[in-house]
Amino acid sequence: MASDRLFGRPKMPQRPVKERIRDFFEVPLGLPEDVAVEEARRCLQCKKPSCVKGCPVEIDIPGFIGLLGEGRFDEAIAKIKEKNSLPAICGRVCPQEDQCEKECVLGKKGQPIAIGYLERFLADYEREKGITTPPLPRPIPKKVAVIGSGPAGLTCAGELAKMGYQVTIFEALHAPGGVLVYGIPEFRLPKAIVRQEVEYVKSLGVEIQVNMVVGKTFTLEDLRDAGYEAFFIGTGAGLPYFLNIPGENLNGIYSANEFLTRSNLMKAYLFPRYDTPIKVGRRVAVIGGGNVAMDAARTALRLGAEEVCLVYRRTKKEMPARIEEIERAEEEGVSCVILTTPVRFVGNENGWVTGMECIQMELGEPDESGRRRPVPIPGSEFIIPADTVVVAIGQGPNPLLLETIKGLALNKRGYIVADPETGATNLRGVFAGGDIVTGAATVISAMGAGKRAARAIDRFFQDPDSFPQWR
Amino acid sequence: MAKILKKEVLTPQIKLMVVEAPWVAKRAKPGQFVILRINEEGERIPLTIADYDPALGTVTIIFQEVGKTTMMLGELEEGDDILDFVGPLGREIEERYFGHVVCVGGGVGIAPTYPKAKTLKACGNKVTSIIGARTASLLFWEEKMRSVSDVLYVTTDDGTYGEKGFVTHVLERVLKSEKVDLVVAVGPVMMMKMVSLLTKEYGVPTLVSLNPIMVDGTGMCGCCRVTVDGKCRFTCVDGPVFDGWKVDFDELLARQRTYLEEERRALDLWLTEKAKEEVSHGF
Repeated sequence: MASDRLFGRPKMPQRPVKERIRDFFEVPLGLPEDVAVEEARRCLQCKKPSCVKGCPVEIDIPGFIGLLGEGRFDEAIAKIKEKNSLPAICGRVCPQEDQCEKECVLGKKGQPIAIGYLERFLADYEREKGITTPPLPRPIPKKVAVIGSGPAGLTCAGELAKMGYQVTIFEALHAPGGVLVYGIPEFRLPKAIVRQEVEYVKSLGVEIQVNMVVGKTFTLEDLRDAGYEAFFIGTGAGLPYFLNIPGENLNGIYSANEFLTRSNLMKAYLFPRYDTPIKVGRRVAVIGGGNVAMDAARTALRLGAEEVCLVYRRTKKEMPARIEEIERAEEEGVSCVILTTPVRFVGNENGWVTGMECIQMELGEPDESGRRRPVPIPGSEFIIPADTVVVAIGQGPNPLLLETIKGLALNKRGYIVADPETGATNLRGVFAGGDIVTGAATVISAMGAGKRAARAIDRFFQDPDSFPQWR
Repeated sequence: MAKILKKEVLTPQIKLMVVEAPWVAKRAKPGQFVILRINEEGERIPLTIADYDPALGTVTIIFQEVGKTTMMLGELEEGDDILDFVGPLGREIEERYFGHVVCVGGGVGIAPTYPKAKTLKACGNKVTSIIGARTASLLFWEEKMRSVSDVLYVTTDDGTYGEKGFVTHVLERVLKSEKVDLVVAVGPVMMMKMVSLLTKEYGVPTLVSLNPIMVDGTGMCGCCRVTVDGKCRFTCVDGPVFDGWKVDFDELLARQRTYLEEERRALDLWLTEKAKEEVSHGF
């Protein structure tokens, strides 16, 4: 038993496959209280905890787990919130296996502490009880504009508000949350939770203005005229990439962004109670192997598709999606066609897609990402029939948002050039972070960037002249 | 939220609303559009900006009631709010001197033709306008179009008003008899296609304003993608105005029909519920 206590970690209870694939309710149920407390007690309370180094926002992990193990839940969640304003979200969508849990010393000989599950447990505990706002500091009469209300913007705004700054978030869509509301499906991250976390950030004094498109509705100059002295750009990587192969504009072919925005943000899965339609055929093909592809595939199943297959050009080993998500998708009946890539789409006389011609691949030498490059095998073409296709091969920076910010330095892929430590751009008082700097990454790394930028903006206000224009 | 300050019934199915939207009004340019959503359950629909007044902070929209959302919008009254009203979106048309410009507006497309004609006239162009509708009761803004045109022609398909026939008939006559430097066409896709085929014969450059299905309107989904000159373009950010000779109109026509079934279902359900409600209220 002793070894069990040291090395075994609890399994997350989940809703059974049969039940869950018919609806959009959350799949993992969260740990029961006794299991969470027991798991917390397994933590060795390292003097020099390596788990903290794995956390992009440096939560005092042994600190909160210690309190949780003693049953002091209120203090435990307060400990998390010192560093992370959105724990209910991070506890659900962080890839802990590549971050905090990867560094846990228990993982060397057994299984690491289920840090993510414990964070989620405390966030859910607090939410059921009702979230309380921490005491707010004396207001500082300085206005900061945050552009984009995704994880980076929300975090940056929350941190600055906690310091006393007057913060306004400008969001282009009608609801705040960025990828948390339009990208990640309800069954992985309930929107009620996102709303509540957004309410928490508002309770810190942050104002959120929706329907404000930077570069179209307003410019940075407008905000300067309105008295804003510092800016944080967290507009994400929301431009969908297409394959640019023949037939891609046939009806029934969606970008993952469109497919997921219709379903998540517009609630097309509740059509006709909600007005936005979505169309899913009997056979759905999703192209890609990341988390977005998994989300799209599982959404398609829940919308009534009979067969959903993932078409990926490398092997399962190289898929960038979280292992947990790949497993859940497979449990639910999603099949994988690996080492395959489409070369053209075929359609009928009405302009609807009926399938795609694919070519088989083999893995060659490793490329710059370290993964083996897929090489097409000549003559191996074959047809995969499909009446709905979702293209989930990645996103880039939206050029619309940046072309209006004059003089802002961008790299050759169109992302903002910013100091990784502070988020400072080449423009004075303008900071940036999240996917718009790094390219599509994780929720928590965007939050980490938002947090570092908040610290830098504070320093910028304290002593604007000493703030290094970093290049 | 955007308050409806004024509502005007232009024809039984076409309505005009002047909406309070100072941010949009301040930046709006001819050719641009807005996206709106009526309520929490609502969808986002694009509508072209028909007129705007930065000083008053108002934007004018004109829409034809063709489905659930536009019919619900048509039921709103002065003083009501539109939940979400975002813009201005898309690129504006080039404001410069071309020479002789012919502006062609079909059906509800007359509305977005107006700011373009007005601007082109202000740039010193000679403006000939051709507006047309299926029948007399669908025509509107004749006087307003006349006020920004040197010459105005009016057609109806059934001959109930103005000249009998399509706008393209008049356009062909003008192209034959006068030197034209640019044609700008806004209306149903089929009309814009016919105009573009015709002007190509005469070698007159043509701009069309496309109207594909949209969701966000900011370039993040690609729902509004069209093929222009063999390349994939997003109408919401690269357009909505494109070179009419280079647009794949047949693809656009097919893509517009994606949700016909769902659109009908949503409308039928709404009409049925409305009828039930009216019965229970004793009408």
